[in-house]
Amino acid sequence: MSRNKSQGLAVAARMNSTILVLATLDGLSYAALVFLVSVGLSLIFGVLRVVNVAHGSLYAYGAYMAATLSMIVAPISPWLTYPALLVASILVGVIIGGLMERFLLRPVYGRDDVLQLLITFAVFMIMDNLQRLIWGVQPIFASEPLKLLPNVSLFGVTYTSYQVILLPLIAIAALFGLRYFLRYTLAGAVILAVTEDREAATAIGIDAKKVYITTFMIGATLAALGGALASPTTSLVPGMGTDMIVLSFAVAATAGLGQIEGTAVTALLIGLARAFVIYIQPEFEVLVPYLIMVLVLLVRPMGLFGVNHVRKI
Amino acid sequence: MLPRSNAIRFAIFAGIVFAAVMPLFLTSWTTLVALILAKGIVVLGIIILLQAGQVSFGHAMFFAIGAYAAAFWGRRFGGADLAFLIVLGPLCATIFGILVGLFVVRYREIFFSMLNLAFSMVLWSLLEKMYHYTNGADGIRVPRPTFLGMAFSPDAFQYVLLYLTLALAIAATWAVQRYLDSPLGHMLRAIKANETRLEYLGMSARRVLLCGYVASAFLAGLGGVLVAVAQQIATPEFGFWTKSGEFVFIAILGGSANALGAFAGAAVFEIVRFFAAAKLANTWQLILGLVLIIIILFAPNGLIGLWQKKKMQDGRAP
Repeated sequence: MSRNKSQGLAVAARMNSTILVLATLDGLSYAALVFLVSVGLSLIFGVLRVVNVAHGSLYAYGAYMAATLSMIVAPISPWLTYPALLVASILVGVIIGGLMERFLLRPVYGRDDVLQLLITFAVFMIMDNLQRLIWGVQPIFASEPLKLLPNVSLFGVTYTSYQVILLPLIAIAALFGLRYFLRYTLAGAVILAVTEDREAATAIGIDAKKVYITTFMIGATLAALGGALASPTTSLVPGMGTDMIVLSFAVAATAGLGQIEGTAVTALLIGLARAFVIYIQPEFEVLVPYLIMVLVLLVRPMGLFGVNHVRKI
Repeated sequence: MLPRSNAIRFAIFAGIVFAAVMPLFLTSWTTLVALILAKGIVVLGIIILLQAGQVSFGHAMFFAIGAYAAAFWGRRFGGADLAFLIVLGPLCATIFGILVGLFVVRYREIFFSMLNLAFSMVLWSLLEKMYHYTNGADGIRVPRPTFLGMAFSPDAFQYVLLYLTLALAIAATWAVQRYLDSPLGHMLRAIKANETRLEYLGMSARRVLLCGYVASAFLAGLGGVLVAVAQQIATPEFGFWTKSGEFVFIAILGGSANALGAFAGAAVFEIVRFFAAAKLANTWQLILGLVLIIIILFAPNGLIGLWQKKKMQDGRAP
């Protein structure tokens, strides 16, 4: 998606070094977005043991909501579109994520795994249709935040600083923020305790229900943030969430579900691989993430960074 | 598996008669009923895997393989006989089922689902991107085949397809029921209940699951051919992950404890889609999603479970 907007494309003579830099930058900005969505999925699975099929819908809603809010605040001051992106993702994550966990997932914990998977599949179907009813099926463009920041030149390639500086910075901030939150704060310790042993954690007075809903909201907000940040760089169309969900599955599963740092490395790997393939053999672009996923899972079913004991046999 | 009660026997009989007779009066329903039955055949395969507690989020790949087998054959040789296609499609799906199955049966639960998903997405992206061979997203037209050497007009062919699909659906249901009642089927359920014990009994859980997996791939391939012939096209959409989700959806909607649930679920699914799509665009998924949530939250055994419960209550009433 980023390649459409990459200003350097026109200048991209057939010089190999230029292509190399372009592909790297494309891959980097793409990986940043994919990381945000995948890490949310991974976090939710790590704590709740639920694969959230509606995760891609949260991504799409984040994008649409950000576009809507941007259009409202842009006339006041275009700079307000940046906080609008953040507000949009929190709104989507907390409200939709919270409602989903409280009223749909909570009743099915402890029942067949397939029911949890399917209930999020049902939410995906509902959200997909609602999205068409609310925002229509025509593509929406909201590139305001992209245009405000200056372009940068790197090794002779001009690129938007929104994509090559701001997006990776936010992804890195999210990575370290999550690490810090889970390792060095009380709330994070509580989440880890519930993940490790829900019963024992409940026995010492931890409210596991609260932990579940909080985690789900955080994960959902990360997905929506990925969408909100992607909204200036791409056109918003129906089906954008459908593609994103399998991609984030691929990244999260390749990394090993529940692995936060691993997700970052894998997102970078898949993002770069995809970007290079676009320049070498564009028709195989979609294939790359899934091929990597199949190959990795065949050799290491627990993922690249997963821990072995998750397997029963 | 199937409770051998008179009520169920009656339901099966009523269902068959309904599917056989009603399209004679409502011509527009012929293809719809054929589609329901074909989808039901695929869902039978999903139900086999659900007995072992495994959910495949990638079975649309075998569905697509069946459909594309018919499409490629039709394009290469101009036409085909339906009797041949319903052998070819499942055969191709079975071969792929064995190849993929050898890998995936080593994994359980979420890993099983994920790996199936990954394989199916690889197939989907190949179908979508190998434009030269597959026409990409446009798909390949499946010309109307002959049946046993006879050519039919479009109207007559609808009925040929319907009754063939009905016969295949009956045969498939019977075979699946026999399979699940057999020792091999019981071992399949033992994988869900306690896999370690199964291994201690000297059985190979992987081999048991592989049998079930290949059987389900066969059924998906058969359903794929029938749907491709009914809709006269095979597109990459047939192998997309949402299609796989749909099959699991139908299995849970109908009730996975019972082979009959496959057809009950498929009927509700296709009918809602048919009418919602005609009346209000962009709402059929919304309606089906709500139905699924209600079923999961309030009727965990699916439509068939609801119906059985009602029967039991009626039976107890004086």
